[in-house]
Amino acid sequence: MSVILNARGLNKAFGAVTAAKDVSAAIEQDSVVGLIGTNGAGKTTFINMITGFLKPDTGAIEYEGRDITRLPPRAITRLGICRSFQIPQLYSSLSVLDNMHIGIGIVLRNAGLGGYFARDGAPVPGFGKPAEEVAEHLLARFGLTDYRDRNAQVLPGGVRKLLDIALTMVAKPRVLLLDEPTSGVSSQEKFGIMQMVLDAVRAEGATVLFVEHDMEVVSRFAQRVLAFYDGRIIADAPPAVALQDPEVKRHVVGRARA
Amino acid sequence: MGGLWLPQWAMFMVTIAIARGLVALGLMLLLRAGLVSFGQALYYCLGAYAAGALGRFFGISDIFAQMLAGAAAAGVAAFILGFLLAKYRGIFFGLLSLALSMILYGLLVKNEALGSTDGFNILPSTLFGIRPGPDSVRYAVFASAALVALLLALAVHRYLRTPLGRLAPAIKDNEIRVEYMGASARHAVHVMYVIAAVLAGVGGALAATTVGHIDPDMAFWTTSGEFIFITILAGTGSVVAPFAGALLYGVIHTTAYDLSPNTWQLSLGAALLLIIVFLPEGLWSLFRRRVSHS
Amino acid sequence: MIYSAWLFTAALGLTLIYGVMKIVNVTHGSFYALGAYAGASITGAWLARGYPPMLSYAVLLGSALLVTLLVAPLIERAILRFMYAKDEVVILLITYALFLILEDVIKLVWGVNPYFVAEPYALLGSFSVAGLAYPTYNLILVALALVAGLGLTWILHSTRVGKLLLAVIDDPEISRAMGINVDRYYLVTFTFGSLLAALAGSFTAPTVSVVPGLGVEIIVLSFAVVVIGGLGSLPGAALGAVIVGVVRSLSVHYMPQVELFVIYFVMAMVLAFRPRGLFSLAEPRKI
Repeated sequence: MSVILNARGLNKAFGAVTAAKDVSAAIEQDSVVGLIGTNGAGKTTFINMITGFLKPDTGAIEYEGRDITRLPPRAITRLGICRSFQIPQLYSSLSVLDNMHIGIGIVLRNAGLGGYFARDGAPVPGFGKPAEEVAEHLLARFGLTDYRDRNAQVLPGGVRKLLDIALTMVAKPRVLLLDEPTSGVSSQEKFGIMQMVLDAVRAEGATVLFVEHDMEVVSRFAQRVLAFYDGRIIADAPPAVALQDPEVKRHVVGRARA
Repeated sequence: MGGLWLPQWAMFMVTIAIARGLVALGLMLLLRAGLVSFGQALYYCLGAYAAGALGRFFGISDIFAQMLAGAAAAGVAAFILGFLLAKYRGIFFGLLSLALSMILYGLLVKNEALGSTDGFNILPSTLFGIRPGPDSVRYAVFASAALVALLLALAVHRYLRTPLGRLAPAIKDNEIRVEYMGASARHAVHVMYVIAAVLAGVGGALAATTVGHIDPDMAFWTTSGEFIFITILAGTGSVVAPFAGALLYGVIHTTAYDLSPNTWQLSLGAALLLIIVFLPEGLWSLFRRRVSHS
Repeated sequence: MIYSAWLFTAALGLTLIYGVMKIVNVTHGSFYALGAYAGASITGAWLARGYPPMLSYAVLLGSALLVTLLVAPLIERAILRFMYAKDEVVILLITYALFLILEDVIKLVWGVNPYFVAEPYALLGSFSVAGLAYPTYNLILVALALVAGLGLTWILHSTRVGKLLLAVIDDPEISRAMGINVDRYYLVTFTFGSLLAALAGSFTAPTVSVVPGLGVEIIVLSFAVVVIGGLGSLPGAALGAVIVGVVRSLSVHYMPQVELFVIYFVMAMVLAFRPRGLFSLAEPRKI
């Protein structure tokens, strides 16, 4: 399989704090990669560097063969790398449906300046259908149809997460970075949400990286695991192997895990 | 049309309301994105002076040319200034827009060629080369204004349903998310700013020809304050609201001022306070609520 | 120089109120006008009754104090107090509404005819420096600026009250949690800031004819000074006043036609390139 995203030798320090030390990873197309590590280990820094929110001090990031290291977040999103947020970033004063429409509108605008003033029935790039249909389609995919008219502010935690992720899907990303997709969600819901998300995402043909603290979710859904500690990647292997790694056990999983 | 049986003073009021309503419409667009411009009078004044200059220096007085000149002058200025202003939010956006409008005021007040503080009179409007008689001039202006305002209002109404139109509340709500979805909030604000300015420019040209006189006070901060008041009074609910608000403002201004010139501002201030505190959606929201209940 | 001193006193309260309460207070202009009217009318009455003219300065001071104490706490307690949670632009609009109301209140109380009370000004005569005569009264304006500026700085940095105020400026939430009565500090700050405006107005009254519209002019000029120096910064207000004063003198001297515009030009430039002003606390732009 070809490598879609390649991080090489990323280093980032904030004064005395090393957020990333010689981080390298070649992500294969269509793979599902889990990022694990305690808080402050460097997972979010890694995501921030890929999405352009932070610039590495040294090192490079290549996406589909192209150097994206210094690009701003906006440009990286337009190239096809999108992220969801640990704390869902929604337009809380608007309804779920309106949230989707904003996302679709942005996609239309990115297709060309005229997109700013696109008519209601104009086909949405990547979907070929008018905005209304695309919105309904995505809402259905993520089980949000019943919530379409509800104000984003009053949604339950798990639903907020789903909406946050659904919004990223509007742009049809090739690479999707999910920052703790199941955090704040009850244990019963976790697997259901993760399954739904991955089904929806993979159906569109995206490569997925997700940050997760729940090791059961990781072993179930990730094909490969990158374990972070102290800014470095201390393990890079399929979950069965990675989670048994003594270093990983010591610094990430904790001794109490079976 | 209505002009045939409306008295002259009423036509004057309505035309001025249309002019102010246009400025407020632009302000409404910016308000939806969470931005309050304290200096919209800049474009109102530019529009007026452009229309006036057309007559004073080129002898052109066609009403549509006047409005077009107003729109163009405002649009170009906003395009340039927008590069700077679109980067700001909140109080700083407000203060910078205020400073810019006061710069224009300062420039005009000392400008001899344009009449300094006295300003100058504008040529009475003509319509496609025909000079209407003194009785029908007002009607001609009113009809043209109504037509143009109708077209602009329809355009704005359509605009609100486009991706850019919908982007405004998103920028107000969560600008970071907008950026993370691949859009440039700054660029969007720039476009909105130019649209609002063009509307204000047309309004300024209209006001100039209706009043017959142009002076630097049109750029003074208190003029911007009037527009803000109208926008808040009207609320952001519909494209008709700013015009209704402007008409209401005009009526109240005239009656209150005639009744008691020394309490006019007091009533204005009190009304503003009450609306901000109790009816932040503007008076239009009251109207909407009643309609939906019936 | 005198112009800068006057500007400084006028603008100091505005920046103080912003610094502590994070509100842009348009009512500031009203207090300036109130101070001018109260000063002019009360001092005028004092002099008309034949009381000692040398005490008229104290009367000017007293009038400013009186009018501020009557109006400022009322506004703060009755209206502003409930608005602090709102967006800063909304609060600005609220203070603008109050400004409009007060403009008319002034007209209702004092009428629209101009007030003149030139005696305190004339009484001090003039002094010569290098062959040029300067009105001695202007020294009072300078003294006022110095006392206000230095006094406020001393209060903030050397007294316990001042230090607590610095804490409130830094973080009102935490200050509240630590037991500081933030509400009372807001009340005192608002009153004191307004008092400074009233004093500026009152002491300016003998040098001008007091007419409606005084507040309108001063408010936007104060904005310029405060923005240039940095919202919330005391030394900034001084620097802003000096800069505006210098710029104005230069333009009056060399290019009178740009006199008005150049001040706002500097304000716009500062906002464009150093929005935080020359020393500031405020958070400027977003992207």
